[in-house]
Amino acid sequence: SDTSVPSSPRACAKCKQGSAALVIRVGDAFCRACFREYFVHKFRAVLGKNRVIFPGEKVLLALSGGPASSAMLRQVQEGLSRETAKRLRFVPGLVYVDEGAVCGQSAAQREESLARVEAMLQATGFPYYLAHLEQAFDLPGSILRRGPRGGDEPCPGYKEAVEDFIQQQRQEAAVADGDGAASLPQRLAQLRTQDVPAGGEPPGARLPAAARTQELLRLFDAAETLTAKEELLQMLRTHLILHTARTRGYTKVMMGDSCTRVAVKLLTNLALGRGAFLAMDTGFLDSRHGDVAVVRPMREYMAKEIAFYNHFFGVPTVITPALRAKRRDKTSIHRLMEDFLLGLQAEFPSTISTVYRTGEKLSTAPAEVGSEPGAEPQRCLLCLCALDTLAGEWGPRVGAADSADAARGPGVPAARSLPPLRRAESRAAFLPLLCYSCRLTFKELGHPDTLPPYVHSEARRRSRRAEMKQQIQEFLLEDDDDEDPSES
Amino acid sequence: SKNSVVCSFHFRGGAELLFDGVKKHQVTLPCQPEPWDIRNLLQWIKQNLLKERPELFMQGDSVRPGILVLINDADWELMGELDYKLQDQDNVLFISTLHGG
Repeated sequence: SDTSVPSSPRACAKCKQGSAALVIRVGDAFCRACFREYFVHKFRAVLGKNRVIFPGEKVLLALSGGPASSAMLRQVQEGLSRETAKRLRFVPGLVYVDEGAVCGQSAAQREESLARVEAMLQATGFPYYLAHLEQAFDLPGSILRRGPRGGDEPCPGYKEAVEDFIQQQRQEAAVADGDGAASLPQRLAQLRTQDVPAGGEPPGARLPAAARTQELLRLFDAAETLTAKEELLQMLRTHLILHTARTRGYTKVMMGDSCTRVAVKLLTNLALGRGAFLAMDTGFLDSRHGDVAVVRPMREYMAKEIAFYNHFFGVPTVITPALRAKRRDKTSIHRLMEDFLLGLQAEFPSTISTVYRTGEKLSTAPAEVGSEPGAEPQRCLLCLCALDTLAGEWGPRVGAADSADAARGPGVPAARSLPPLRRAESRAAFLPLLCYSCRLTFKELGHPDTLPPYVHSEARRRSRRAEMKQQIQEFLLEDDDDEDPSES
Repeated sequence: SKNSVVCSFHFRGGAELLFDGVKKHQVTLPCQPEPWDIRNLLQWIKQNLLKERPELFMQGDSVRPGILVLINDADWELMGELDYKLQDQDNVLFISTLHGG
């Protein structure tokens, strides 16, 4: 309950009546009731400020079972059920990715976590999807390609769209008056809630086959550093979530990155060489995939606020272990940065908000390096950000039949027809397709052999296109070609 | 002197993983000359309950940054942090907000 429980000697800074329950920012002590209002209001304000979610749009909530995404789910539930015009108006779905295999869970532990998560998801009444990280081996190469529609800025017709939607709702309610108009949450509850996971396995079978798990473990064990493992995990998870969104018609994905997490990510990604992409990696809207945009509505909540909210208002969570290094003393850049920032924050309580606010000033316009002005920038194979390395010469083609072909150099057509697929592709062939930071990570991963098929197939495709383009380059007409041979 | 205190503490958010997964603990802290405060409670926990890797829970004489402390459901910052004197039947909750470990 959130009635004022005599908790501390201090009075709430806002209402002056309730007993203060926690300190937010420097010096602001709130009672439970005022804190709840502040927390709920912030969610609505963040969505309202960045008007990118349209009424009736299908939004997929990416849930990890952790505190931030669980709090996010609760805010969506609260927002949708509000009676007033301030009600949230999108159509939610939920997705959870089971990463237990790489995080050291036994089959039994994975089953238990999954059961608890599924119970949590079922209780919401929203459609939900359970995926396993192993299913990354089933992803199509198209996941690494931008979808058709780009949505970088909020559409100009947002206000009109909201008004249209409200009108439509009123008309529907008037028409359906006889048979009792069902509200949005009621209609959602009538939808089939269990769906077949992305890999197409029957709902009854919970965990993937042991062989698939082995394949996944082989990939992660081959990674040399915990940093590379973390990046790999994030990449696979994102691609799986994206695939779920794309195949089920969701145009937005909500991720639960907190302010604390965003600040850590800003500095971590800077250290990883992703300085050019900080805004994309940490901003409210991440539109690199084109048709499906990622939004981060929790990015203004400190981890502390989320933890207190969940405790006071009974938000359920399912905590699973995180990635671990084989050796105790091996850590990752991610953990180092987290320790560094949190340590500093303990002594200087405005540290995290300062880092966050500095990050806010970064824009998402991609830098154009080595491409023709005005042309669509080439994108990194793995992270889909604009390539910040000079594309330059294309080295040995990915999938080149043998080293003889490769030795002949770039742009020279193979003597035979399309070479047979070779599993042992050299690392060097991938490098021109990657941005600076993904190259660094890639070099710390195991043999490319261990990577999922979708990475290989998309890499081959791009490599072939690049080679073809080079071959026909001399025949392409230039726009600014002054010489016209027909004139004399 | 009768400075023995019965108190319960809980671990959440992953902190329980450092304590064999046990979330709830109810203990009677033994008699000692000085009154029990959070500072020496932490030392007691470190010596008697922490099964592995103390540095994941504590740093110096306080908790590791990223671990929140609630005393009777209130932020310990409002209660004097390490200097808060434990009363009988007090409830201390430790919530980890850390990513890994």
